[in-house]
Amino acid sequence: MEKFIWIIPVLPIFGFIITFFFGKKFPKAASVFTTVILGACVLLSMMSIFIVNSGGPFEITKNWYVTGKYSIAMGFAADGLTAMMLNVVSIVSFLVHLYSIGYMHNDSRFWMFFLYLQLFSASMFGLVLSNNYLQLYIFWELVGLCSYLLIGFWYEKKSAADAAKKAFLTTKIGDAGMLIGIFLLFFNTGSAVFKDVFNFAAGPEVSQGLITASAILLFCGAIGKSAQFPLHIWLPDAMEGPTPVSALIHAATMVAAGVYLVGRSFPLFSLSATAMQVVAVVGAFTAIFAATIAITQNDIKKVLAYSTISQLGYMMFALGMGAYVAGMFHLLTHAFFKALLFLGSGSVIHATGTQDIREMGGLFKKMKVTAITFIIGTLALAGFPLTAGFFSKDYILGFAYAQNKYIFFIIGIITAFFTAFYMFRVIFVVFFGNPKKDGIHAHESPKVMTIPLIILAVLSVVPGYFGAWFISERFSIDKFISFFGFEGQEPLHIIPMVIAVLVGLLGILIAFILYFGKPITNKKISKWIYPLYKLLHNKYYIDEIYGFIIIKPLMKLAEFINTFDRVVVDGFVNFIGKLTVIFSRAVDIFDIKAVDGVVNKVADVTYLSGKKLRLLQTGNTSSYLAIMFGAVAIFVIYLLIKVIFIR
Amino acid sequence: MSIALFKILIANYDIKLWYFLVISAILFCIGIFGVLTRRNLVQILMSIELILNAAMINFVAFSAYQKPESQLGTIFTIFIIIVAACEVGIGLAIILSIYRGKSTTDISKINILKW
Repeated sequence: MEKFIWIIPVLPIFGFIITFFFGKKFPKAASVFTTVILGACVLLSMMSIFIVNSGGPFEITKNWYVTGKYSIAMGFAADGLTAMMLNVVSIVSFLVHLYSIGYMHNDSRFWMFFLYLQLFSASMFGLVLSNNYLQLYIFWELVGLCSYLLIGFWYEKKSAADAAKKAFLTTKIGDAGMLIGIFLLFFNTGSAVFKDVFNFAAGPEVSQGLITASAILLFCGAIGKSAQFPLHIWLPDAMEGPTPVSALIHAATMVAAGVYLVGRSFPLFSLSATAMQVVAVVGAFTAIFAATIAITQNDIKKVLAYSTISQLGYMMFALGMGAYVAGMFHLLTHAFFKALLFLGSGSVIHATGTQDIREMGGLFKKMKVTAITFIIGTLALAGFPLTAGFFSKDYILGFAYAQNKYIFFIIGIITAFFTAFYMFRVIFVVFFGNPKKDGIHAHESPKVMTIPLIILAVLSVVPGYFGAWFISERFSIDKFISFFGFEGQEPLHIIPMVIAVLVGLLGILIAFILYFGKPITNKKISKWIYPLYKLLHNKYYIDEIYGFIIIKPLMKLAEFINTFDRVVVDGFVNFIGKLTVIFSRAVDIFDIKAVDGVVNKVADVTYLSGKKLRLLQTGNTSSYLAIMFGAVAIFVIYLLIKVIFIR
Repeated sequence: MSIALFKILIANYDIKLWYFLVISAILFCIGIFGVLTRRNLVQILMSIELILNAAMINFVAFSAYQKPESQLGTIFTIFIIIVAACEVGIGLAIILSIYRGKSTTDISKINILKW
């Protein structure tokens, strides 16, 4: 089996090819087929856990290209981290496939959706299985491409097409930094394979500056992909895509790839205190920053998007503090409950036909399964005791507390408070109270959509116990999510746990007081808090600031270059063109007069001489023979004369 | 056989090379004369045979005088006889087909290749 780990990414590629050729004719069959393929991937991923658990990490690598001291290797590696990521990706992807059969059923490009999902799954599997930075980067860009295609899936809507473009360009900024980082490591190490790079980085002759620089440059890629602070603007807009896409790509897997990258490069990051500090600060700032924005959003998917950014920030600052296991554990639990929340919101949107929570209400009675699973997901996100989120979040907070990193601890607690508040705001407004808008006849979604919700609801609770079980000394968590022997055990601390739970309950309570059974209106917000509300509602005006300081000057520059192009470059080119035309006219005349003249004259001479000479052909054989013998006789006479007189 | 006879003749009667050459030249000239003056195609063909015979006598004579131990001239002569036979065959066939078309073998009337 170890040798056949490559089957996991190849299966969806196979599905992609089949769907590509036959999907349009048999859309229904294609959707079922792709779902089955992902089901097979789930089984294989689960097998990979046992293999890694029993046989330890393994690696298959082949040199693809060797020049001098540089070698480019391609290969697959699997360890605990990979096995965990494989499971997260395959399970969420499988459930999203299943869910999409119901959610997308009357879309005109139904089959294409599955085509893209297959490509995405294949790329994501490839990403987590890569054993070197270059290959990882290839798949990194492939998932970016799939994200672009899927955000812009409904490209007839201008907003969707714009959002896709924005996502692609924004992440590219980060990717550029990441690529430079990879090159920096590659050209210093001579190999991009993780093991070699980390061995090199741990060596004695490496300067601290190089490690810090390359780690921060790699982190740039993570900032773009995981929507961390300066480049977070694309993720909320990415919600223009279909909801299953938001669940799969923009909540559970692709955005977690940034965290995965930092986790994968943890041996590198941990060598540089500065880089770790940068990761932690960016993560912590993003966590609280996005959580505050989420409070004021009225679009259910936007709330979840900012929540995702905030939670990714959580993972980042956990990694930045050195809580590697906690961060990765949070990635695992978050993937499931955030996918659940997105799919739940998709179910709600499917039923009501709107994304604005102000227009929803009282859905609990109409959509029991969706509501209950959504509440379970929310509790997990808020870190309610006994859910998976409780364990992973408290693990992070406990680490901060135990390491005396109180600033991060306080930021984490505040973020947890906000998280509980904005999520329960959504719950109370959407599922309780009275319907705000007439004419919406909500109904429960079909089974094919509710079953994934139920499975994800179970997964929002269960992995926490696995984690807790592993943490509790009996089993080392390293067996579950280990990475080159990094030790990360921290027993659960009671004090931060109690604080976090109390704060979460406080958030729920405030949300209950403010929103239970009451509509959201701006009038309610008192005068002194209104400017703050407006600031948050407009997302700190980040988009506008970027528009003013980056996009507008760029447009101006582009306009200037356009003018320059038109006047100077085009002018020059046109001038050259005109010159060429004149020159070719001259050559044309020369051709006709001189060259053609000579050729024609030669032909004329030949013709005339032929006309005269043909008179020699009398047709009389005797005269031909006479000429022949005469010529021979003359020749013989000549020879005789030569022999007799000259010798 | 002929070479042996030749050798006896040469040895016993003091026959010089130029005797043969003169005979050959005379034959050649008769041939050429015939080719140029005859009108009948068959006669021209016969004259060509005379020219070829003149050449054969030359071959045999030179072979016998210059390099008696080699049979080269004789072999060449046999080649020429064969070629002449072929030539006569083809020539007669051409004459026949011309005759079928034109009802004449007069060479002065066969001038369709005239300009």
